[in-house]
Amino acid sequence: MEINNKDLTTTLSGVELDNPVIPASGTFGFGYEFADIYDINILGSIALKGTTKEERYGNELPRIAECKKGLINSIGLQNPGIDKVIKEELPRTRRFFKKSLIANISGFSIEEYTHCCELIDKEEQIEIIELNISCPNVHNGGMTFGTDPKSAKEVTRAVKAVTTKPLYVKLTPNVTNIVEIAKAVEEGGADGIVLINTLLGMRINLKTKKPVIANKMGGFSGPAIFPVALRMVYQVYEAVNIPIIGVGGIETSEDVIEMMLAGASAVEVGAANLKNPYVCKGIIENLPDTMDKYGISSLKEIIGKAH
Amino acid sequence: MNKSKYKILENKQIAKDVYKMLLEGDTSAINKPGQFINIEIEEFYLRRPISVCDYNEKTITIIYKIMGQGTEKMSKLEVGKELDILTGLGNGFDIKTSGDMPLIIGGGVGTPPMYRLCKELIKEGKEPIVILGFNSKDDIFYKEEFEKLGVKVHISTVDGSIGTKGFVTDIMKEIKDFTYFYACGPMVMLKAVCDATNAQGEVSLEERMGCGFGACMGCTIKTKEGYKRVCKQGPVFCKEELIWE
Repeated sequence: MEINNKDLTTTLSGVELDNPVIPASGTFGFGYEFADIYDINILGSIALKGTTKEERYGNELPRIAECKKGLINSIGLQNPGIDKVIKEELPRTRRFFKKSLIANISGFSIEEYTHCCELIDKEEQIEIIELNISCPNVHNGGMTFGTDPKSAKEVTRAVKAVTTKPLYVKLTPNVTNIVEIAKAVEEGGADGIVLINTLLGMRINLKTKKPVIANKMGGFSGPAIFPVALRMVYQVYEAVNIPIIGVGGIETSEDVIEMMLAGASAVEVGAANLKNPYVCKGIIENLPDTMDKYGISSLKEIIGKAH
Repeated sequence: MNKSKYKILENKQIAKDVYKMLLEGDTSAINKPGQFINIEIEEFYLRRPISVCDYNEKTITIIYKIMGQGTEKMSKLEVGKELDILTGLGNGFDIKTSGDMPLIIGGGVGTPPMYRLCKELIKEGKEPIVILGFNSKDDIFYKEEFEKLGVKVHISTVDGSIGTKGFVTDIMKEIKDFTYFYACGPMVMLKAVCDATNAQGEVSLEERMGCGFGACMGCTIKTKEGYKRVCKQGPVFCKEELIWE
């Protein structure tokens, strides 16, 4: 995409994107819901709703708690299961979105991750697989893989062995040393890293004196976490040689540029979609002017420039 | 769905903790009674979903109750201020399924969407009967507005300070020949209403939402027809599809 002589394109492991703006998994469904309100083909790509082997209802309600500058969610990976996603959701997405897609795969065991990834790998429109080893809202799975370098490496290696598409591993910030985990998944064969999933948080209702969320805790996201995400992208960029997708609190074209300067090759926009369904469109439209303001002619050229 | 700016033309208290707000702006996305709007309030990250009480080509009327800090802030907003609002959200009531004499049941701040519904049912040539339930006489609002539409309005209050002492279901027992029902109010009331009659009907649910337009899965409930998002596939559900826990 070239607007006013500004080059917005970027590349993720050979996958060309018109621009770096990708709605984050879990905040954009399977995309088609948003096709009612604008032409979603302006997006760089879409990270689809987290998918597991079996259909999941997810956690009990309430699943949402408001915070200053963000929200806590505890959806618990509600999704129709991999078979229905391939049979019903992807064809529907394809009707509205013609570009490459990012599948987001979650699981509770290595077997489950490899099963789903092997199936999704065969889908033509899926050009990147995002391995979610960082969901804070499910027990015995999800984040437990993402908090231990050995497990993180092991699951990455197992999935890499059964897939052909670029594999991006989405990491949790709920660890002491993010660099250690990032290096482990790189060693496991990851083609890229997605940073960061939500921060574990909670709210308590003053009237009931009990946690707002049924599952007590949930994942905190929104503009409040942007500095944390930025810091982790910056740290990981120095330690690995694979591309990074930066995610966490991005709301504006300025945020996109800042995240790319830290080392992100592309960005995902999450919580902001829930507040403003047009936010990704707005960011993409504003990028050329913001680039102009800061003397940037090509986004690719600024990746990691803060180092 | 439409996202646009709306100007506050009126924001006044009409009952205990209950306010009426009149908003001026694009109403083209609203097409059914029972839909809601999602209002951005300064300093609050999430929008506040509020049902539409009435609307015309230029204005939207909402009625809301102070339930927390967000609605408290809303109650202090001044006339002339502009708000960013998503409109035309949710499925709304189906006015074609009602038969000739539908019952309209509103409980507390579940009452507002029933006003527009009542208007549209009358326009369809139906003869709705209205039952409104409140805690006490200080909580009552919109009784006269409904009466001006030419319908019979029955009131129940929990403390008996006005109307029938008790609940909306106590009045339902006295009305035998209704053909269908529409209800909006607290969960316990909705369940009691569904249990009180063999008639078919529709109820509008309230749930804590993230986005309000179907993206986040924050408000999904289990129904007999599978998982449904209250904001997108609701808030109105048929009695038969609901699972009461």
